[in-house]
Amino acid sequence: MTLAALDRETLGYGRAAVLPGLSFALAPGERVVLLGRSGVGKTTLLNAMHDRLARDHRTALVPQDQALVPQLSVLKNVLMGRLDDHGALYNLSNLLHVRRADRAGVAEVLAPLGLAELADRPVRALSGGQKQRVALGRAWWRGGAVLIGDEPVSAVDETQAEALLGQMRDRFPTALLALHDVALARAFATRLVGLRRGGILFDAPATEVSDGDIAALYAH
Amino acid sequence: MATSRLSTPTEARRSARREGWTRPRVVTLFLALALLALPFADFGLAGHDPGAALSRMLAGFLRPDFGAVEQIGRAIWLTVAFAVAGVAAGASSGLVLAPFYHLRAVRWLCIALRSVHELFWALMLMQILGISPLTGVLAIALPYAGIFAKVFSEQLDEADPRPAEVLPRGTDALSRFLYARAPLALTAMKHYTLYRLECGMRASAVLGFVGLPTLGFQLDSFFRMGDYGAASAIMICYVVLIASVRQWMRPALAPLWLLGSVVTLALVKSPPMGSGALMRFLTEDIVPAPLRDGWDLAGLLHWLAPLVTDEMLPGLVATFVVAQIALALTGALAFAGFGLIVPRVTPRWGRALGHLGLVILRSFPEYMLAYLFLQVFGPSMLPAVLALALHNGAIISHLLGREGETLLPTLRRDAPRGLTLWGWELAPRLSGPFLALCLYRWEIILRETAVMGLLGIATLGFYIDSAMAELRLDRAVVLLIATGLVTAGIDALSRALRRRTGAGLSGQTRVEGC
Repeated sequence: MTLAALDRETLGYGRAAVLPGLSFALAPGERVVLLGRSGVGKTTLLNAMHDRLARDHRTALVPQDQALVPQLSVLKNVLMGRLDDHGALYNLSNLLHVRRADRAGVAEVLAPLGLAELADRPVRALSGGQKQRVALGRAWWRGGAVLIGDEPVSAVDETQAEALLGQMRDRFPTALLALHDVALARAFATRLVGLRRGGILFDAPATEVSDGDIAALYAH
Repeated sequence: MATSRLSTPTEARRSARREGWTRPRVVTLFLALALLALPFADFGLAGHDPGAALSRMLAGFLRPDFGAVEQIGRAIWLTVAFAVAGVAAGASSGLVLAPFYHLRAVRWLCIALRSVHELFWALMLMQILGISPLTGVLAIALPYAGIFAKVFSEQLDEADPRPAEVLPRGTDALSRFLYARAPLALTAMKHYTLYRLECGMRASAVLGFVGLPTLGFQLDSFFRMGDYGAASAIMICYVVLIASVRQWMRPALAPLWLLGSVVTLALVKSPPMGSGALMRFLTEDIVPAPLRDGWDLAGLLHWLAPLVTDEMLPGLVATFVVAQIALALTGALAFAGFGLIVPRVTPRWGRALGHLGLVILRSFPEYMLAYLFLQVFGPSMLPAVLALALHNGAIISHLLGREGETLLPTLRRDAPRGLTLWGWELAPRLSGPFLALCLYRWEIILRETAVMGLLGIATLGFYIDSAMAELRLDRAVVLLIATGLVTAGIDALSRALRRRTGAGLSGQTRVEGC
């Protein structure tokens, strides 16, 4: 059984295609991490899988550039994860004054992220690591069957990253991430996928991928 | 990919050269047009003795008389009230229209709204509403709605698209706009609205010249009474008020200002209009006379032909003559003058004087300057050309000087000073923005030239005003449409020229012009 799959599809456009004839599937309960050098097509694959998944499943997204609205508060940026659950009037009144229930709900998401004190601070006033945690908060608040994350913990230190990925594991049954930190990836993933030069070099349970496989991925 | 490569500066310059639209050529072309226009210009003094008039006025101006404090205070406060209410209404309508600006119908509506000058709007609205507060507010709000819609939509387009892209699918359009689009452009929008308020203050003051109870009206009465001291006092108050907009208009105070303005305007008494004025205006007054009793093509042509040959064409020619001469003079003044406010070109005291002079010339709208010069030189094209060139030259000088100041830290350490710095470093580097600003002001100068006809100079506004005075509104509307079309045409031409010459501007500088 799969949540979504790509079957010999070419990703990227025209001559800029980065992943020709690619097949990839995601099953419920899997935590998949994409590894590979930059420019190899991890983001392209994540975006394609997100579009595919979002058709039938509630999907939370943590994009690499976070895509926050710097002028709005942490609270309102997190609320954006659920705009589609409500009508325009509800959202509009929430923008003017956040409902108590929503504020309380978001507070529960923010506390474990260490952002409880910052709920009313505009995002532009935050540090890089704090912004990244807001982007995670937006995904936590959205919730769903799957989380797609593009380097979701790149701006925080290793200890924090582990804790954040722990929270992610508890909140989402299935996840598909791109990570550059191999140790983090090994600790988090049930399945590792190595991308190299336009294709998949390996795709195996995390325990079966050797250090040699990974070295080959990053070798010149 | 070919298009994106063409847009790099070098390539753009190369392609411009291929097509022959280099910056020096465009400048030469405009200078030639101005020279060509000169023989058609009427600069006669018509028996006026400018020396005597000037010395009488100067004597009065040097002794400002704040005695008429009640009249001055009322005129100033009403000027502010009309501006605040008009700009608020224009900005809110513009904000509503902005997300739909890509629709052709909305875009054309906005172009039509803003191609008609505030004073012309006021004259038209008076036919329906009389000299009422609503006339003044709408005269500002209608053209400003068109301008705000355009600028707001550009600001929204320039904002970061990524937050909107990551919103969950199924988020409705309004929430998408309010959460992920509008907040990103809000700072730029607020800044622009504040800037527009300054423009609105000028427009509001000028509305007094057609009878609304703002500054222009009071100034005109002081002049008619020969009370130059009081005229001087009210103008000093006005300059101070405009120069300090950023001090007294804070976003947090805006609702208070708006409330105060609306209350003030609601209390202004105005003569009542007969009922059905709007219907009569729409179904009778503005319908061409030969068509009022049914379709009559021959009659229409017979009506239209003399209107075109005796009013529209002479008006157009005079408008272009004044506008082209004024534009060339504007450019010359701006190019020579911007160094006045740049450090390392001009010493501190000189810069202070330069700033003062530019602030004064910028504060007074062209129309009001032309009115002042008219008192000195008598009715000819001279007051119009002088007013347009001084006001617009001061604006471009100010903007170029500011750009020049930001260039200073990027220059080499051993860069020269004074005139050498101006000529060798700043002028060449600023030639692109200079040309862009001049082309940008071209359309504005043309709009203002047309409206100066209300002062008795034979541009398009003169014929519009005469038609309105004779209550031949159908003729006035035809002339207004012609004026609007010419303005919109010059706007399009100016944009094309700016693109061809690669004369671009940063967003901040681009929008600052009224």
